[in-house]
Amino acid sequence: MAILTDRKTLPEYDAIIVGSGAGGGMMAMQLALGGMKVLMIEAGRNYEPTTETPMFNTPEQAPLRGQSTPEKPFGYYDATVDGGWQVPGEPYSDKAGTQHPFKWWRSRMLGGRTNHWGRISLRFGPHDFKPKTRDGLGYDWPISYEDLAPYYDKTQLITGIFGTNVGMENIPDTPAGILLPPPKPRVGEMLAKKHAAKLGVPIHPIHRAVLTERLDGPARAARLFPNNALAQKILAKDMSSRAACFWATECGRGCSIRANFQSTTVLIPPALASGNLHIITDAMVREVMLDASGKATGIRYIDKPTRSDAEVKAKVIVLSASTCETARILLNSKSTLFPNGLANSSGQVGKNLMDSLGSDLGAHIPALESMPPYNEDGSGGSHVYAPWWNHGKHDKLNFPRGYHIELGATRNMPVMHSLNILDSKSPSTYGKKLMDEARRYYGASISFAGRGEMIPNEHCYTELDPNRLDQWGIPVLRFHWKWSDHELNQVKHMQETFAGIINEMGGSATPRPAAEAINKPGEIIHEAGAARMGASTKDSVTNSFGQTWDVKNLFLMDGSILPSNPNKNLTITIMALAWRSSEYLMQEMKSGNI
Amino acid sequence: MQPTLVSRRDIFKLLAAASAAGAMLPPDLAAQQKVLARGDVWDPDFLKKNIPWEKPLVDAELATLTVLCDLIIPGDADAPAPSKIGVADFLNEWIGAPYPDNLADREIIRGGLGWLDTHTGSLHGKSFRELEPTQQTAILDSICGATEIPPALAYGHVFFRKLRSLTLGGYYTHSSTWKSLGYVGNLPTGGPYPGVPEEIIKRLGLEES
Repeated sequence: MAILTDRKTLPEYDAIIVGSGAGGGMMAMQLALGGMKVLMIEAGRNYEPTTETPMFNTPEQAPLRGQSTPEKPFGYYDATVDGGWQVPGEPYSDKAGTQHPFKWWRSRMLGGRTNHWGRISLRFGPHDFKPKTRDGLGYDWPISYEDLAPYYDKTQLITGIFGTNVGMENIPDTPAGILLPPPKPRVGEMLAKKHAAKLGVPIHPIHRAVLTERLDGPARAARLFPNNALAQKILAKDMSSRAACFWATECGRGCSIRANFQSTTVLIPPALASGNLHIITDAMVREVMLDASGKATGIRYIDKPTRSDAEVKAKVIVLSASTCETARILLNSKSTLFPNGLANSSGQVGKNLMDSLGSDLGAHIPALESMPPYNEDGSGGSHVYAPWWNHGKHDKLNFPRGYHIELGATRNMPVMHSLNILDSKSPSTYGKKLMDEARRYYGASISFAGRGEMIPNEHCYTELDPNRLDQWGIPVLRFHWKWSDHELNQVKHMQETFAGIINEMGGSATPRPAAEAINKPGEIIHEAGAARMGASTKDSVTNSFGQTWDVKNLFLMDGSILPSNPNKNLTITIMALAWRSSEYLMQEMKSGNI
Repeated sequence: MQPTLVSRRDIFKLLAAASAAGAMLPPDLAAQQKVLARGDVWDPDFLKKNIPWEKPLVDAELATLTVLCDLIIPGDADAPAPSKIGVADFLNEWIGAPYPDNLADREIIRGGLGWLDTHTGSLHGKSFRELEPTQQTAILDSICGATEIPPALAYGHVFFRKLRSLTLGGYYTHSSTWKSLGYVGNLPTGGPYPGVPEEIIKRLGLEES
């Protein structure tokens, strides 16, 4: 282990990586296995899912039966440490005139937000890289699907993704021998599939980063790193040591048996095993340091235990602090060379901020009442989903792009509100009859959640708040937001589709009005775009490798560089981009270009 | 951060219980105290259940609540009565919490307990818990909503609804009730996920799916 609690960092590293989530974790693993000396800086505490995850803890072992609180918004057992919609002492604000307050989810822990995410791992498709070419809106990527496809393969091999190929337009298939078999659907999911088909909505196995069987470490490692003996040796052992899912416990708590993907279960262990990675935790980055020529030389951070500034140096700096935090570091790294913030000659840092569109609708389904019990925990999330099925039909729709549908149809471990349905279905009963009613209605419901693509617009951005500092003395972000009709019309379509499926299933649902049914900005926790990649130095911050146009040895590697935010949850794409960038970065260093 | 609503007395208790953590303090103050503390409300120690607030109900109120919970959910061969698994004590924890929803529930539950005894006192000259079981169920029948609620019993109906909802929540979130409810998860299973039993597939006509 090389968690440097004593702060005895090397005089200079090959690379410093700020952040330890999907982008930072992947970058650290690649560079460390590639023989570079790497320092990872994490703002939060060290975190070890193998020993800290409350796998089988029950609600009565928690305050308030594990109910969510402002300090633990996703519930007491959620993996998030020192975070949520607010981080103590680290505020953010809304700019006057914003249509909606922005909600910014952060965590302060090794592995970042990968410790609690939904593990939904969908490849972006060919259309997703050229959206402007197709509909004239937003921005094209400077790469195509074919450029990233090999890195999707590799990322899927190392993380372990279950699912199937469905052969649909813009839903790329995965080459043979990579996907793990999907778990069977639950009864509510089967019922939804049957009835959604009548409306032309296809339901297929979802892709999630959960091991449905053990990985063959040696075979996968040999396929991934044919010319790197060290990487093969480490990964063969590490991948084989991850257990398969045992169909219990919520993924959001983390996974002590490492069956699901977290940066801390998949990427950081092999990176540390290489001996080439040092990590300092509880270190809040203040700014990127520059020399007189405009080259990045290191990082200035606040050592949280002592509340004092410290510096570390490296040949290359990688910011993987999360979309908004990366933009914040850039905007706070001001100098005479970069008075508007580092790498911001285009003025695009903080602009083009996007989140996924979210909207949901649930209902009671009589056919699911009084179901004989069986294990519906399954893999901890949806086993099926509806990929976007309306490509090429946009002349009949009043919005661009599209969404996928996730299903909530499982008799989960009971929580405080699990039986609220009885308030309407059986309002006056008590006694033995109430227990019968509880058995009848428990889990006899379904919910649909859409995850859609928004179009970047000039009203959605983040910038420094000129009047507020966090507890470390760092200027905080403020946000401005406004939905366009593109988003509201798409959410209207989601609601009508969900209600249609529910009614086909024998339930009763009415679409909710889009303006109230749309999730709040930031609430889906899929922020992207605040420092987008592009083809030109004029209107983008980085090239397709996340290398900033302005500072050659500064790379961004998280959601911030995405020019668009397709409906396919972005984590696996961040990792595929990081893998691709790491190869470029190492090649450029070898060639002496950076 | 949620504005904190704990009482001054609670603050002193919290300071004693979680001085290192700054748990539940107003956010600015908490932020100053919290640097690397673990085991606080943002970073709980899952091995140590810590309830950093007062439970407001006194013994007499708890005794009435215990009777009420057992009337609402009596338990059966597969599941213990609420009184056997501390549901009333949990409700006391719930309504003691300083968050807005819990405070709203506190108003209804505590007020309702007071209303109930006043009501039974005027009817029978006794507190609710001292009544015969048939008298107790008659009271519940009058406020549960099965029949039209006269204005004089409106407070009782609000109380019943809230109490029933919280009792259902507190009861079925206790793992000892899961078998009775039909939740059979939270148990590791080897091999592939077993999926839906054949009898259910047949019942719903899902053979083709």
